[in-house]
Amino acid sequence: MIKNIKTPVDAKTIKSLKAGDRVLISGTLYVARDAAHKKGIPFKVKGQVIFYAGPTPGKPIGSIGPTTSSRMDPFTIPLLEKGLSGMIGKGARGEEIKKAIKKHKAVYFVATGGAAALLGKTVKRSEVVAYPELGPEAVLKIEVSNFPAVVAYDSFGGDLFEEGVRKYRAK
Amino acid sequence: MREIAALKITETICSLCQEANYNLSEDVLEALSHALKMEESDLGRGIIREILKNAAIAKKEKLPICQDTGMVIAFLEIGQDVRIVNGDLSEAVNEGVSRAYKYLRKSVVSDPLIRKNTNDNTPAIIHANIVPGDKIKIGILPKGGGGENASSLKMFLPTAGKEEIIKYVVDCVKVGGPKSCPPIIVGVGIGGSFDYAPYLARKSLTRKVARHNSSHDIAKLEKEMLIEINKTGIGPMGLGGRITALAVHIETYPCHIANLPVAVNFECHAHRYKEIII
Repeated sequence: MIKNIKTPVDAKTIKSLKAGDRVLISGTLYVARDAAHKKGIPFKVKGQVIFYAGPTPGKPIGSIGPTTSSRMDPFTIPLLEKGLSGMIGKGARGEEIKKAIKKHKAVYFVATGGAAALLGKTVKRSEVVAYPELGPEAVLKIEVSNFPAVVAYDSFGGDLFEEGVRKYRAK
Repeated sequence: MREIAALKITETICSLCQEANYNLSEDVLEALSHALKMEESDLGRGIIREILKNAAIAKKEKLPICQDTGMVIAFLEIGQDVRIVNGDLSEAVNEGVSRAYKYLRKSVVSDPLIRKNTNDNTPAIIHANIVPGDKIKIGILPKGGGGENASSLKMFLPTAGKEEIIKYVVDCVKVGGPKSCPPIIVGVGIGGSFDYAPYLARKSLTRKVARHNSSHDIAKLEKEMLIEINKTGIGPMGLGGRITALAVHIETYPCHIANLPVAVNFECHAHRYKEIII
């Protein structure tokens, strides 16, 4: 079953999501990656979802897919403390991030890395909201419709990377 | 002496960069279709289907396959009977990259510490070799950042055995594989020197995907490594499954009696290598 969810994500929705759930996300996402995290996230994160990405040029956007999330780990805990609801990226994250996601009742989604033309099609609007000088690393506010992702870490400590790999690892 | 104009090199590089970023090659599509048949995880199959659908959209709508359109690695095999005229070779390559990347992502910074974007994705990394003949073979590999961060080099003792090398490569996959957009292609360079082993690993990625090394023994080692890598259970996007890697490519070279360098270069499923002979 695929769950449809809207952003900003409320507490009830977060509670309903379990690691392994496939979702289609609609609403606002903020796009930010390494350089923007280092400079400082310039918007109110409460209830919001950050998409770790840097698109190609295009209207309203070119291709856009997730980048490796663990590079943002050193900057993530203060954002979760301020109420960040969700993150979309690729790859597993540090133990401390997984724990903080549980503690602060957030969720980490994984989208298919490299499926950027397909994901770009879900973007209906895009605007630069900060750091235009960073080029492909500028902070964007985008509107998506039915953006496909999977819940990798849920708010209960569920971890799809661990569960999935354990299931298929040769004994 | 055959003369080739620098502009011809610029135009060739430009079209190869565009072709690579919009059209996933047949060999990669074949490897992915095979992976779709072999994968047991529902989620894993769903991810591979998404990757194939993405390639079709990219081709049809002339959109980049991946937003990480990479730093350009250029392989030039220059015939010794060729003279490049009306321009400088490196400049010609970089001009080609600059033209191609107008509509692609600019992912290169001018200084590794100051980190200011060069705004045209230059410079490229150029590997140039002089070979017999009067032609130039130009290959370009736009290399995404994820797989690069997970790549590795180890200087083994010369007495190390095959098992130790397999274990090292599999361990590299366990650590770096999930971050490199699996299913991945694993390039392995064995031998040469401290600088040459990573080049071999890189060069192995210019072979068509899943075509084995011409040496029977090395081909056997590629197959053994692939089996071990796919036992990890990492699977598509690291979320569990049978297909962690589409292929292992190994290239080897003679080395010093005291050395046994082994390098591993990861390539994501969006493997975008294109070449042409001019």
